[in-house]
Amino acid sequence: MNELVSVMNELMSIKPVVLWSDVLIYILVVSLGLFFYQLSKNPLARQRWRTVFHSRAGVASFIVILFYLLIALLDSLHYRAPLEKTEGSDEVHYSQEVHSLLDVVLTELRNKDEKTYSAPFAIYSFAKENMQTDDGVVYRDFPRLANAGQHLESAAEHGMDIFVRSMKALLVAAFISAVIIGLHIAWRKRQHSLQSGLAGVRTLPWGTIYLTLSVLVLSCCWVLELSKVYHILGTDKVGQDVLYWSIKAIRTGVLIGTLATLLTLPLAIVLGISAGYFKGWVDDVVQYIYTTLSSIPGILLIAASVLLIDVYIETHPEQFNLVAVRADFKFLALCFILGMTSWTGLCRLLRAETLKVSQLDYVQAAHAFGVGHNRIIFRHILPNITHIILIALVLDFSVFVLAEAVLSYIGVGVDPSMASWGNMINEARSELSRDPVVWWSVAAAFVLMFVLVLAANLFSDRVRDAFDPRSA
Amino acid sequence: MLAYIIRRLLYALPILLGVNLLTFALFFMVNTPDQMARVQLGDKHVSAEAIEQWKAQRGYDKPLFINTAENSEGLLTDTIFFEKSARLFVFDFGKSDEGRVIGADISERMWPSLAVALPTFIIGISVNIVFALFVVMFRASVFDTAAMVLCVVLLSISGVFYILAGQYFFAKLWHLVPISGYLGGTDAIRFLILPVIIGVVAGIGGGTRLYRTLFLEEANKDYVRTARAKGVSETAVLFRHILPNGLIPILTSVVVVIPSLFMGSLLIESFFGIPGLGSYTLDAIQAQDFAIVRSMVFLGSVLYILGLILTDISYTLVDPRVRLS
Amino acid sequence: MELLQVENLSIELLPGKYQQAGRLLVKPVSFSIRAGEILALVGESGSGKSLTSLALMRLLPEALAIRSGRVQLAGTDVFDLTEAQMNSVRGRMAAMVFQEPQSSLNPVQTIEQQIGEVLRLHKGLSGAALREKIISLLHEVGINDAEQRLGWYPHQLSGGQKQRVVIAIALACEPQLLIADEPTTALDVTIQKQILELLNELRRKRQLAVLLITHDMGVVAQMADRVAVMRYGEIVEQAAAREFFAAPKHEYSRALIHSLPDRRHFLSAPAQSEPLLQLKDVRVWFAQRKGILQRVVGHTKAVDGISLSIGRGETLALVGESGSGKSTAGRAILSLEPLAGGELYFAGERIDQLSQRQFLPLRKRIQVIFQDPFSSMNPRMNVRDILAEGMIALKVEPDAEKREQRLQVLLQRVGLEVAHLDRFPHEFSGGQRQRLAIARAIAVEPELIICDEPTSALDVSIRGQVLQLLQELQQEMGLSYLFITHDLSIIPHLAHRVAVMKDGVIVEQGDTEQIMTAPQHDYTRSLLASVPVSPV
Repeated sequence: MNELVSVMNELMSIKPVVLWSDVLIYILVVSLGLFFYQLSKNPLARQRWRTVFHSRAGVASFIVILFYLLIALLDSLHYRAPLEKTEGSDEVHYSQEVHSLLDVVLTELRNKDEKTYSAPFAIYSFAKENMQTDDGVVYRDFPRLANAGQHLESAAEHGMDIFVRSMKALLVAAFISAVIIGLHIAWRKRQHSLQSGLAGVRTLPWGTIYLTLSVLVLSCCWVLELSKVYHILGTDKVGQDVLYWSIKAIRTGVLIGTLATLLTLPLAIVLGISAGYFKGWVDDVVQYIYTTLSSIPGILLIAASVLLIDVYIETHPEQFNLVAVRADFKFLALCFILGMTSWTGLCRLLRAETLKVSQLDYVQAAHAFGVGHNRIIFRHILPNITHIILIALVLDFSVFVLAEAVLSYIGVGVDPSMASWGNMINEARSELSRDPVVWWSVAAAFVLMFVLVLAANLFSDRVRDAFDPRSA
Repeated sequence: MLAYIIRRLLYALPILLGVNLLTFALFFMVNTPDQMARVQLGDKHVSAEAIEQWKAQRGYDKPLFINTAENSEGLLTDTIFFEKSARLFVFDFGKSDEGRVIGADISERMWPSLAVALPTFIIGISVNIVFALFVVMFRASVFDTAAMVLCVVLLSISGVFYILAGQYFFAKLWHLVPISGYLGGTDAIRFLILPVIIGVVAGIGGGTRLYRTLFLEEANKDYVRTARAKGVSETAVLFRHILPNGLIPILTSVVVVIPSLFMGSLLIESFFGIPGLGSYTLDAIQAQDFAIVRSMVFLGSVLYILGLILTDISYTLVDPRVRLS
Repeated sequence: MELLQVENLSIELLPGKYQQAGRLLVKPVSFSIRAGEILALVGESGSGKSLTSLALMRLLPEALAIRSGRVQLAGTDVFDLTEAQMNSVRGRMAAMVFQEPQSSLNPVQTIEQQIGEVLRLHKGLSGAALREKIISLLHEVGINDAEQRLGWYPHQLSGGQKQRVVIAIALACEPQLLIADEPTTALDVTIQKQILELLNELRRKRQLAVLLITHDMGVVAQMADRVAVMRYGEIVEQAAAREFFAAPKHEYSRALIHSLPDRRHFLSAPAQSEPLLQLKDVRVWFAQRKGILQRVVGHTKAVDGISLSIGRGETLALVGESGSGKSTAGRAILSLEPLAGGELYFAGERIDQLSQRQFLPLRKRIQVIFQDPFSSMNPRMNVRDILAEGMIALKVEPDAEKREQRLQVLLQRVGLEVAHLDRFPHEFSGGQRQRLAIARAIAVEPELIICDEPTSALDVSIRGQVLQLLQELQQEMGLSYLFITHDLSIIPHLAHRVAVMKDGVIVEQGDTEQIMTAPQHDYTRSLLASVPVSPV
């Protein structure tokens, strides 16, 4: 109870910070909502999406993606905590550090630093230290960790403790899942009896949905339960919890996957449609632009641009008063540049599709009715090429998430102060050459990234199957 | 045909000019040489003389486009644009910010790049085609489904993971090959095996899946049905009809990257310490050597455009339906 | 002796991604064919006739399976054979000819390779003997200069020639049964006639049993010895051709036969008034570019100087084969294609020099109906929006409430229901969509409608209904039609006058009766001669 009061107090006194990328992710979530609302109105689109969500892989991967998105959203509600008031001053100063709602959820992880590396679930440090016995003898050994497994009397209890706690987490997870699923089944039964006429309609693969949810609930419970007393994924060089950083990196991954395409989408749409619809010199100009841009090797264009942004940031320090703001600026710039390397492909596709659609009879009929260009583009062309945009969005998502890791490795990725899988992997270069190998940090990054990318790939496969007329 | 190639080459000129202007704008107008000098010299409070000296050494002290101080001859030529950008058209790359001759570096370092990239390219495509054919042979079976799931898993794994895992197991744990480095001559083979294997393996997931779709697309065409109605066996249909037709889009789509093989791979070369153009570029990026980055951007564009032209030519060679005009 | 005997064959769509239970696409069907006999399997799209033929050859796509039945070919049970044995049946004992000659040949193999493959396989021929056989086959199917054509690729041949090559492949190993699946549907009428004659001749010479699959009653009348009518996966009637045409038993068969042209009754032209639309020496040219600088080196003369006129309340049929320029002419009248020369008059005013903005008032008066009912309506718009679009753009009925009322009246007039207003195009059948397209055109109360092959994508039984509707509307509203078509058979009870187009020029025009009964030009005569006629 006291905890709650203090949290409430803290909430009252914080100063919200809205980064540009936060705004974009809010917009993203709102437009996703709008999109599904629109969907409920158009039967043709609904039918297509039904094939996506009625496939088990499609719906399971969608839930996983939503879960990642939820974490990213939690991590995008930023604030600055107030500092202790100094004597004799009423003015409130705020911390230079920017935290998010996710940090509040993960407070325990955040504040449990060790001195240096420690392996997953370890209770001893990874490096030997000089220590003193009670009677003053100096010896060298692995010290116990400050924030992991202190409740254990001896190392012998270690394995049993992990097992007991895992079982406890399992039970809690089973209970939560059972309640959710039970309630939902009961609700479905009622719905079903209300509209019994629709008995033949194929329903969503609820079994898969329940299973995916249960697995997610289980992993959350297990992580939360065990992370109370252990570093599940160990700690890094300066003793920070690896699990915390790999979760924080989710926001970076999700955002780079979506924003990179979204930021340059307007450009691709406007130029692609104009070229395909107006033809003639407009087409020539647009083709020239995208051929020129796409002829520059993507990675070099990114590298060159990022270098220039670095120079800009260094020569304009006054615009970036907070580390987080600077990192955010660099991050958005990176998203935009990534988008610049990929929009040309989408533009080319949209141009070709617009050329095709504008030859179709219904566009010709609209011409015969004297309908204006704007109306033809918005009513007839755009709605009939959205599937291309959609497919590009979901296909590029995983490409960009993977690209981030490579770019950070090369040194033209996100700001080093920003949590990202690429930065974690980058550090692994020195860690992997140690003996014994420090593998957990890089492994954590790879696994979390792999789950997201796999889900995105599976989902995009289903979307493509449903929307690409060629694969139908 | 000849007229077509000439037209394509002429069309390449404005594109290269565009690339050139774009990089010029990025490197000299968005950020001025002053700012670059300041960053390069590190200290925020460097003296104005130091900056001027840095610029003068590298020829960045001239006007951007028009040198009003010069007479008619130097009016346009004694400028940054002419010295640094226009000369690229004759492949005169000039000197790097460190003072090295870029052209000599390129001609020396492209061979190790090619030594990695070419085998990776050829083996990679062959392996993918073989796998894809194998999958197509068993299409719509459990094997097909399993192979596709495996492909999605493989292509969802980060490329860096393949490299790190490969180095860890093959070099560090099992000592089969050296972990990194490069030697000329036949010794190179020892150093090339691992990067090539990793390059191939990393591409299997995506490649096999793509080629399978291309082959399946052919497998559903009418002429395949005609062949079956002739009484041609399923294997013969696959090898005599589906394969040659499916190879057309595959071959023509990979031709575009062939010239770019000279550029090497940034990631593989830097992880394996191969002194090719990829690691050269990467070093330049990390050292913020803008002259090299600029040269590589231009070279990359030239090779890409060359690839586009080669693609068109390759169509006429493999597809009897296409004739350039 | 029956060569092919099919007993209780049924085909099912296996349960898969999109539906849980299997579905019967062909209900048990039985039929048989004797040597030297042509059995026509007649039905409209989706009736299961093509599936039946593929099942005989065991070539069904993977999603389909044979549920039950027996097929005996010259005494052997086809379904008992192993796949390897089956391969020696395909191409040797039974061969197939498909509908689309454009796509049924391998694009990267020469003709010699493709014909040679089947001979090598079943006859073991090679070298000079093989070559000789291929040449003689090409001669037999009527390809001239066979020796020179051996090294050609399919894309170098015309559609008709490709179909001849496909037939040559089918006949190479002297099969006893030939299955021809819509062999002439994709071809122009004059070519269609040649191919049908070829098939007939080969059948007689070789005593072939032919299973001819078609939707075209004209082809049936010309070719078949016996007829089996298929509908919704069932054979509803089977009879000898003569009996079938004389006394069809099933109602559906009667509807099919009724769709054949009646050459005895013609529409008489309405009293000539001043022409509504007049074309004077209209030309539409497309530039051909060549060389390094893409200079214009010449023109494709799609329409090269045509003159015609249409009076009020009159229908002019513009007839021609594919590529004759008839559709381009239609588009030029709608100002969707710029003129290279000539003059266009509408209601006495010159309209070919108007800008798009100046042309706007005319859009209300000239409307269009397209061929393909599936692409002529935006799939993302509901029927209300589709119909109202023109009314809003042309300001025919700005008031929303009144417009809604008019839309309801319109829908009912074209034979649809008011409730259909909220539906989307994909929820309608082809015939219904074409009714929608008609409703959309007449919504703005035009005076002239350009009908660009409005019925050629429709099944024959639907075709008559749509044409009937068009005629009723003409009488009610005094509409004029420019009816662009390749199908001569629908002209007699539709058009008042006919213009025949070939290679961008009109070779002959006149009253329907005169053109149909006493054509002057050779081309018109050959067109007419190739139209299959009802035997009754």
